[in-house]
Amino acid sequence: MTLALVLIPAAAALACFVIRYDALRRALLVATALAHLAMTAVSWVAKPTPALGGWLAVDAGGLVFLSITSVLFLASALYALGYLKREPHGERKDFEEGVLFTNAPEAVFTGCPLFFLATMTLVTISQHFGLLWVAVEATTLASAPLIYFHRHDRSLEATWKYLLLCSVGIALALLGNFFLTVAASAPGAGSIPLVVADLMAQAGKLNLPWLKAAFVPLLIGYGTKMGLAPMHTWLPDAHSESPSLVSALLSGALLNCAFLGILRIQQVCSAAGIEAFGREAFVAFGLVSMAVAAVFIIAQTDFKRMLAYSSVEHMGILSLGVGLGGDGIFGAVFHAVNHSLTKGMLFLVAGNLLTVYATKSTVRVRGILQLVPASGVLWVAGFLSITGAPPFGTFISELIILKAAFDKGYTAVAITYLLLLSTIFAGMAAIVIRMAQGKSSEERKPVSREPVLALVPAAALGATVLLLGLYVPPFLGRALHEAAIMLGGS
Amino acid sequence: MNTWFDTITLLLILSNLALLGSSQLGFCIRVVAVQGIALGLLPILFGSAEWSVHAIILATSALALKGVVFPWLLFKALRAADVRRETEPFVGYVLSLIFGVVALAVVLCMRSRLALPVSADLRLMVAIAFFTVLVGFFLIVTRKKALTQVLGYLVLENGIYAFGTTISSEQPWLVEMGVLLDVFVAVFIMGIMIFHISREFDHIDTHRLARLSDWKQGATEESNP
Repeated sequence: MTLALVLIPAAAALACFVIRYDALRRALLVATALAHLAMTAVSWVAKPTPALGGWLAVDAGGLVFLSITSVLFLASALYALGYLKREPHGERKDFEEGVLFTNAPEAVFTGCPLFFLATMTLVTISQHFGLLWVAVEATTLASAPLIYFHRHDRSLEATWKYLLLCSVGIALALLGNFFLTVAASAPGAGSIPLVVADLMAQAGKLNLPWLKAAFVPLLIGYGTKMGLAPMHTWLPDAHSESPSLVSALLSGALLNCAFLGILRIQQVCSAAGIEAFGREAFVAFGLVSMAVAAVFIIAQTDFKRMLAYSSVEHMGILSLGVGLGGDGIFGAVFHAVNHSLTKGMLFLVAGNLLTVYATKSTVRVRGILQLVPASGVLWVAGFLSITGAPPFGTFISELIILKAAFDKGYTAVAITYLLLLSTIFAGMAAIVIRMAQGKSSEERKPVSREPVLALVPAAALGATVLLLGLYVPPFLGRALHEAAIMLGGS
Repeated sequence: MNTWFDTITLLLILSNLALLGSSQLGFCIRVVAVQGIALGLLPILFGSAEWSVHAIILATSALALKGVVFPWLLFKALRAADVRRETEPFVGYVLSLIFGVVALAVVLCMRSRLALPVSADLRLMVAIAFFTVLVGFFLIVTRKKALTQVLGYLVLENGIYAFGTTISSEQPWLVEMGVLLDVFVAVFIMGIMIFHISREFDHIDTHRLARLSDWKQGATEESNP
């Protein structure tokens, strides 16, 4: 079962490159997403047995992130059905520059997401640091062809930056893994396998200076992939140039996977009693990311870039929550859930807007509520949720992190956090409200009806975040608490 | 064994300096290939009291990938892009060489301070591994051609590999195979991207890949609302 979670999407991905019929491939994409979600759901009820000698196991933290990935993938897969109908293969005109370009073959667009799902699943269930590294690097490789789906110069540039920056970052994390090996083979301890549970059980025997030395490259390496400023520079480009449903997966699922990598090493550090070592780095990365995001969100002229910078902001919030410790860790894990669902919804709606308006400019898009009311409502709701307005789940999780900051006596941090949050709220409000209200300047016929598949996935994600703000189901609450305790919080 | 060991150490140092000082892309690819072969031999030469099947498979696949497959892929990309030399890097060749010598001196000084669970002569290899990592980073940051950046990535990876094989001979083989596979696919995809970049832009200069930027976008939007 644990193995099947990875192997089924991988096998389906391989099949996609062999199958010649578009309809069959699309059916396989959705069927695999459903099967994956079903297996994830079963994992909630009965913990699957570990595989590969404990290297692969579903623990509380992994399960939360696995579920986010699975839900988001199903939403994207359903959205993809409509998307692929609108995006036939063949030469088309680029709406920004008017040059002709083609799309990548559809086999790539169904096969690579499935590979992507397999690798992200592997990240969430890996208990071995080496395997985790292999999986994180594999997510980069599986997603790079997706960013280059529209074959024009801008997406090429974005893909190159993504590939090179993330590969170099992750290579650094490999160095961190080797440092960890040194830390785990201290004299007298023999050599402890790099499995999270083993390392935690024998944490007293770890060589502390080398453990600290391992923490730094792992934080920077996986932090690059997670999009923490100042290593975030690939993120806005990749998110704005890839197809919207790929952006949703990158932002909602992939960034979390990298975050989990950082959490794993922090877990070992807290077991060894040096969790304070990384705290300040987490807080600093968190605040810097939020500040950078705030600067670039204000007066942003490209609405997909705006969403991308908002992802940088929220990764900063996650990092801040972990850095604060205590309740902050619970807040961070809960916030990861809320952010992923909301951001997935927003990127899918952004895809709808892109279809209707054929521009990413925040200046030229006007009157969404009037032209496409359904997408317009979702767009505004998504904005309220992402900026942490009540009654959405994001409000609760951001509040928990704020409270943790005050509890721990970090008053200056708490005030900075509040200031940055309100700046970003104001910055995004100015852009989003203008886009939603007003009259469409150019002559556009009101779209009679938007396709159901373009709305339902986004609406479902949005409804879930709203629900999480009002009521957290007990099973989810328990898992979140377990995950937080596992990571050294409360 | 000691002479072999010394030879490899020397080969690593010289190849790094050659990469820093040369503008010929074809020559650089060959140097990286030599470096790869030297590293591939490393696990065979020491740290292997037991000759398991896994160890042999690993060593040969590392040797084949780093020494043969990567150079071949890069030469293909080079021909597709039709470039010969690195032109005007951000840091000149003489300065690059000076950086190399300084970095070498620093890692050699650091060597005695590291508390490593290895014998004294292996510490030299660890120091050289760090030197290789530094050179890799330097190449990625200061060179303009996409191909040289890939070479820099490979050098960085080589350095990490050298560090890994020196400090621990008992890495699980599944992980090592995974790492090799990932690097292989990464180089493969980067090669394809270089091909696309050269076709789309008629050059592979990464500093000219600068369409996507918030600073510029703001400026154009203002000038033509």
